[in-house]
Amino acid sequence: MERKVKVDVEPDMPLLWVVRDFAGLKGTKFGCGMALCGACTVHVNGQPARSCQTPISSVGKNDKITTIEGIGDGKLSVIQKAWIEEQVPQCGYCQSGQIMSAVALLKTNPSPTDADIDSAMSGNLCRCGTYDRIRKAIHRAAAEIKVSEAGIGKM
Amino acid sequence: MKNIQTSRRDFLKASGLTTFGLALGISGFTKDASLKKITPAVLKLEINPFIIIDTAGNITLVNPRPDMGQGSTQAVPSLLAEELEVSLEKVLIIQSDGKEKYGSQVSGGSSSVRELWLPIRKAGAAAREMLTTTAAKRWNVPVTECHAEDGAVFHKASGKSFTYGELADDASKLEIPSDPKLKDPKDFKIIGKYNKRLDVPDRVTGKAVYGIDIDVPGMVYASIVHSPAIHGKIVSIDDSEAKKIKGVLQVIKTERTMPHRTSEAVAVIATNWWAAVKGKKALVVKWDNGNYEKTVDTAGYFAETYEAAKKEGINYEEKGDFTVKYAAAKEKLEAQYETPFLAHAPIEPENAVAHVKEDGSVEIWAPVQGPDWTIRDVCAYMKIKPEQVKVNVTLLGGAFGRKAYHDFVLEACHISKEIKKPVKVIWTREDDITQGPYRPGMLSHMQGFVEDGKITGYHHHAIGESILGQVFKGLKEDEADSWIGEEISTGNTKYNFAAASKVSWTHVKTDIPIVWWRSVYASNFGWGQECFIDELAHLAKKDPLKARLEILPDERFRKVLETLAEKAGWDEKLAEGTGKGLAVFKSFNSISACCITVSKKGQGVKIDKVVSVIDCGYYVNPDNVKAQTEGNIVMGLTAAIKDGITFTNGACDQSNYHQYNIMRLNEMPAIEIHIVDSGSAPGGVGEPGLPPVAPALGNAVFAATGKRMRKLPFDIANLG
Repeated sequence: MERKVKVDVEPDMPLLWVVRDFAGLKGTKFGCGMALCGACTVHVNGQPARSCQTPISSVGKNDKITTIEGIGDGKLSVIQKAWIEEQVPQCGYCQSGQIMSAVALLKTNPSPTDADIDSAMSGNLCRCGTYDRIRKAIHRAAAEIKVSEAGIGKM
Repeated sequence: MKNIQTSRRDFLKASGLTTFGLALGISGFTKDASLKKITPAVLKLEINPFIIIDTAGNITLVNPRPDMGQGSTQAVPSLLAEELEVSLEKVLIIQSDGKEKYGSQVSGGSSSVRELWLPIRKAGAAAREMLTTTAAKRWNVPVTECHAEDGAVFHKASGKSFTYGELADDASKLEIPSDPKLKDPKDFKIIGKYNKRLDVPDRVTGKAVYGIDIDVPGMVYASIVHSPAIHGKIVSIDDSEAKKIKGVLQVIKTERTMPHRTSEAVAVIATNWWAAVKGKKALVVKWDNGNYEKTVDTAGYFAETYEAAKKEGINYEEKGDFTVKYAAAKEKLEAQYETPFLAHAPIEPENAVAHVKEDGSVEIWAPVQGPDWTIRDVCAYMKIKPEQVKVNVTLLGGAFGRKAYHDFVLEACHISKEIKKPVKVIWTREDDITQGPYRPGMLSHMQGFVEDGKITGYHHHAIGESILGQVFKGLKEDEADSWIGEEISTGNTKYNFAAASKVSWTHVKTDIPIVWWRSVYASNFGWGQECFIDELAHLAKKDPLKARLEILPDERFRKVLETLAEKAGWDEKLAEGTGKGLAVFKSFNSISACCITVSKKGQGVKIDKVVSVIDCGYYVNPDNVKAQTEGNIVMGLTAAIKDGITFTNGACDQSNYHQYNIMRLNEMPAIEIHIVDSGSAPGGVGEPGLPPVAPALGNAVFAATGKRMRKLPFDIANLG
């Protein structure tokens, strides 16, 4: 579901608002505007970034932005399936950001320990308090990846 | 075929006169008043306004409870599907629009299942009976030989069947049974069973639509400068720099309307929200803060509450002559327990799209907890009639009580009216944290005594601002706040104090805007009550569990505490430097108890484990009961050990999540949740797990360290 988006906006506009209001992809959420909550997490060239603190001027022409809409490539990814199996979301508002952080974690570390999960996921706030299920879902997804031996490609 | 339009209007008129049993928590239908059916001409069966079965067999449920994460989009259709004998997947859900015919539509007070338990089930059962009767007539067999299953009616002997769609038209001509037979709970296939929530896939793919995601044609955006000293007046506005920002269209004076007062504000209107926020930052507004810098501060407010604790309050209830017996008691204690103001801080900030049209009518798209209340507030504010307001409720990205307070919706109305365009107002996180409304900070002044090793005297003096007073203008100054009184009365706590007990109240006012916050006053007063009972238990030289059981005759409370003791290993010996604390509290008709284990770490403690037990009577989905209780543990711990809200010189001292921290994943202790199946009437699920969390922690800290925490929040890493 890759596409090129051309926008005419002020250079200091955060990527978040470009993605939401100019590319029309509303899955990425605004929470704090200070990179404190992680609701706006996207990937820039595969690396997790807080899009509320990423001015569009810092994004190059060939940079690849991945949002929640691009996870799973049209199908549910292993991680999204794990999120459903563990019934993680309550209101769900922060979960796009949670999943983007989790995808980035599992890409670099397919068998994370609890400590790895702590360090990768503690920048993402959830006011509903779904942390315990997020941890379980990441472990579940990691186990699935191992079993299927599909590796990160199918995430 | 008759004119559908006319039929529909007739139906609406009839419904408008109907009082639904849902409105005030009256259980069940008031006889035949609640069941209305649409004329057969519509070719579909409408069993009360919530359920529509069409001739294609589609079943539509109008859900009268917005979903803010508590799971009403599963709980409500489950009630229907169970009785109607269809699978959950078959039920299409649309959100109610606030119209009177749907009765009360507020997600709040942990009320959804409690209030809809009978009405929605009865509606489903009535439809099932009508469909079954219709089939029996067609086959000319006794109705007792027919049964409904999976969206169809079967005649077992002949092997014949009709789908609901094939029966809907004829069924709609029947009288609606006023007292349909409900299923025996032992036959439930959906209620009480694990089922996945069907809207979870949308919530993990970015497809779920929240208020902030709404776009309407011609819409512009607004960011608002609110008064820093909560209710200041504007002296001057310099918008010269703001107007230079690309995308900024207009700067206008607006207002923030709260139940207790209206504050002046300035709105920056722009073609996109980022430009509006930039404009807001570039704006220079001079404020006259009047006397607020001197009068609005939390230190002054709490000083007043501690002064009030020295005097007698207004009695809510008194059993025995507490004052005299306390004065004469040999073994007695007195203590004050403080809870701070708290922001709800849902990750989705307050936002609303409003379009005030030329004819004066208003359309709203917003994440609100109750569209009926939104209509009420918009009508009062805009001076229009309910039929001139259309409310489209979106999903809510968290709410916790905040989004039943409509200041942000009224702001959007005001701005749209001024600029004559649809407008999307989005609050910044700073607006959310600095402006409130907040959970009120409260003080519990506690007194108690023990006789012969038993807690026999107890006084809870509740002190602080009143939601009933500030928000609803319903507090009489010579009477105790009835919401608070009821919450902490012995009728609710079920504690039996043999000698004497008293519940009293003193009103200390503040202009800081307040409103309910998850579990409302239970979150404040559970702290004082359950920590003080622990103190009295130690005074009586009793184990805190045994001391409670001695004064708790209520079987449901006992079962909850006994289950907790068993699951949490209460009687097990603990390592040196480790302690367990427990607490129990009943709120929203559910009883929840919590046991927390902590161990000493440096100058503080570390939370090792939280075990929660809840008896919420009948429930819809055990997994959702657990999920809500998990959320309550996190929010309860956050309220105990993270930041409170403070005001200095009229302004809030916190502004974003760096100063108003909430628990993060790495701070999550091990948790365990157990449900007690009491088979009682459904109680609340969304809130009751929260009140016992903080006191269980305070009591655990005491058990591990000997330090008694009496003021929330406290620094768990450094107990001082």
